[in-house]
Amino acid sequence: MQAPVLDVKKLKTSFFSDDGEIPAVDDISFSVKKGEILGIVGESGCGKSVTSLSIMKLVPQPPGKIVSGEILLNGENLVPVSERRMRQIRGNEIAMIFQEPMTSLNPLFKIGEQLIEAIKIHKKGNKKEFEKQAVDMLKLVGLPRAEGIMNEYPHQLSGGMRQRVMIAMALSCGPKLLIADEPTTALDVTIQAQILALMKSLNEKLDTSIVMITHDLGVVADICQRVIVMYAGKVVEEASVLDIFKNPKHPYTMGLLQSVPDIRNKQDRLYSIPGNVPKPGSITTGCRFAARCEFVHDRCLADDPPLYAVEEAGHHTVRCFLHDTGGNGHHD
Amino acid sequence: MTEVLLEVEKLKKYFPITGGVLGKKTGDVKAVDDISFFVNKGETLGLVGESGCGKSTTGRMLMRLIEPTEGKVVFDGKELTSLSESDMRKIRKDVQMVFQDPFASLNPRHTVEKILEEPLIVHGIGNKQERRRKVREMLEVVGLSSYHAKRYPHQFSGGQRQRIGIARALMTKPKLIIADEPVSALDVSIQSQVLNLLEDLQNEFGLTYIFIAHDLGVVKHISDRVGVMYLGRLVEITTSSQLYEKPLHPYTQALLGAVPIPDPTVKVNREILTGDLPSPANPPKGCAFHTRCKACMEICQTDRPVLEEIEPGHYAACHLYKK
Repeated sequence: MQAPVLDVKKLKTSFFSDDGEIPAVDDISFSVKKGEILGIVGESGCGKSVTSLSIMKLVPQPPGKIVSGEILLNGENLVPVSERRMRQIRGNEIAMIFQEPMTSLNPLFKIGEQLIEAIKIHKKGNKKEFEKQAVDMLKLVGLPRAEGIMNEYPHQLSGGMRQRVMIAMALSCGPKLLIADEPTTALDVTIQAQILALMKSLNEKLDTSIVMITHDLGVVADICQRVIVMYAGKVVEEASVLDIFKNPKHPYTMGLLQSVPDIRNKQDRLYSIPGNVPKPGSITTGCRFAARCEFVHDRCLADDPPLYAVEEAGHHTVRCFLHDTGGNGHHD
Repeated sequence: MTEVLLEVEKLKKYFPITGGVLGKKTGDVKAVDDISFFVNKGETLGLVGESGCGKSTTGRMLMRLIEPTEGKVVFDGKELTSLSESDMRKIRKDVQMVFQDPFASLNPRHTVEKILEEPLIVHGIGNKQERRRKVREMLEVVGLSSYHAKRYPHQFSGGQRQRIGIARALMTKPKLIIADEPVSALDVSIQSQVLNLLEDLQNEFGLTYIFIAHDLGVVKHISDRVGVMYLGRLVEITTSSQLYEKPLHPYTQALLGAVPIPDPTVKVNREILTGDLPSPANPPKGCAFHTRCKACMEICQTDRPVLEEIEPGHYAACHLYKK
C-alpha cells in the first residue's frame, strides 16, 4: 500500500487563556492518500479550521499551541520543525486557500506581482520565466485574458475570479497537498459550481491531494471521496463519502444530514438537532454530543467513547457507544 | 378566496453614481429595475437570487427603509410610497423585519427585555407592566425562557439571538414579516430549528412572510411561491413545487443545476454557467441574462422580455416562451 501524503496522528491543539487550557482540536487522527480529496465537515467551533491551521503550522502562538501529536507530511514530522524549514514546506509541499478571496490578496499589488512573489520564493529562474509561469497558472485555472489580469489589481476582479487567482497562487509551486478552507462559502452558487469543477479537474490533472474543509454537505457529496465529521474538537465519524450519506452511524451525522432542506423533495417539517453547538472546552467528561443526542444513555455521560470500527472492509469508524460490539474499539 | 395582502407595481430603485470634483451624476446603479409581484395573505413568498440581484433592496423598499425611485407598494389596501414619515411609522407596526446578522442587529448595550419592549414603546402599546408581561410571553413563544429577559445579547448563541430578532419582530403583532436571509449566518443544525420556528409561528399567528435568501434548498422548504431575481429584475415567479420541477427561465434552470446535492450517488450533469454577473451599473441591453444564456436569440440582445403568465400561475420573463 502506498504511504499517505499526510498522516495526522493524535493531534491536539489547544488555546491557553486566563481560564486555562481550551482544546480546540482534541486528539484527532486521519490521513490523506495521494490524489485523494478528503472532506472535513462540521459546524462552527468544531475545530476544522484549527486542524488546517495546525497542519500549516499557522496557529497563532500564543495563545494557541500544538500540545501533542504528529503531523507527518511524506514521512516528515512537521510539529518539531523550525520556522525556516516550515517556510520551505509551505507553498512547495502544502498550500492553502482561504474562504475570503477578498482579504487574502493584497489590494496594493497587481495580481502578477503577487503570483510571481510566491513563485520567486520557491523556485530558481529569471524574471521572464517567472512571468511565463504565472501566466500559465492563470490559464490553468481557466481565467480568460491571463496576460491582462497580470497587470490588474484585486479590486478589478470578481469574487469568483479572485478565488481562481488564489488557487493559481496555491498551485504555482506544485504542492502535493492543497488545504481548502471553505473555498466556496463566500461565493454564489453558480460561481461555486465553477470553482468546484475547477478543483476537481485540477485534482485529476495534477494529482494533488486536497483537504476540503466545509460545512456544506452538498459540496462534500459533490467533490470528496472520503469524509471525516468533526464535533467539538473530536472526529466523530470517518467513512467513504458513500457510507457517510447512505449509511451514517453517528447520531450527530444522521441529525446533520436530516437537517438540510433537500432541493429535490419537500419535507413537511425539518428534522432539527435540539440544543446548541457547545463552546470549545465546555464539555470535559463523556461524549461531547451527549447533551443533544436522542440515544443518550448513562455510559455516554460518564465515559468518552473511543472510535469503533463499523465495517472491517470499508474503513468506517464512529465514536459512539451504540456501535460497541465488544472488541472493535480503537483506543486512539 | 385568497386575499392579496401586498402588491408591488413597477418598483424601481436607481442609486446614482457620482463622479468628478463637483460630484456630478454620471450614471445609475439599477439595483431594482421595474419589478411587480403580489403576496397573498398567509402565504410565504420566497425571493432568491445571487448577490447583487436586488433582493435585499426590494425587501427594504417594501418597508421604505430605502426610498423607491419609482413604483407603488400597496399593503392592505394602502399605498405606502406616498405616505408621510409618521404615517409610515404606524404601518411598520404591521410590517416587521428580521435581519440576517443576529450579531449586528441587536443593540449590545440593551438587555433582551429592553430590546423587545422598544417596539411596544414606539407604537404606544400597553403600560410598563403589560409590556414586561408581553416580553416574557414572547420569549417563551420563540423557545427561550422568561429568565433570559435580563440578559444581554452577547450572552446568547447565534441561533438564540436570531430567536430574539424574531421575537422583536413579533412584538407588535404584525401581519407581514420580511425576513432577509434570516438563517444564512447559522449552523446547519441551528438553521433547521429556526426554520421550524418560523413555520410554527406562521401557523399560530397567521403570518405572511417574504423570505429573502440565496439558499435554494431553504427557500424551497419554506415558501409557497418563489420569485427568482437576476440583475434587479424578476425573471420568474411561480409556486415552489412548479419552480423546482419545471423551471422555465434558463437562469432559473442554471441556478437550480448549480446547487450541490447532498447525495454522492446522484451524478448531476451540470450545465455550468460561464462568466460572471454583469455590473448592474451597466446591465446588458435587452434581456439582462443574454450574455450568459445558452438559448440566447437575436431578439434577446435588443428587446427586454416582460414577465408574462406562461402557464396558469407561472410567470417568466423570457423570449423563448413568447406566443
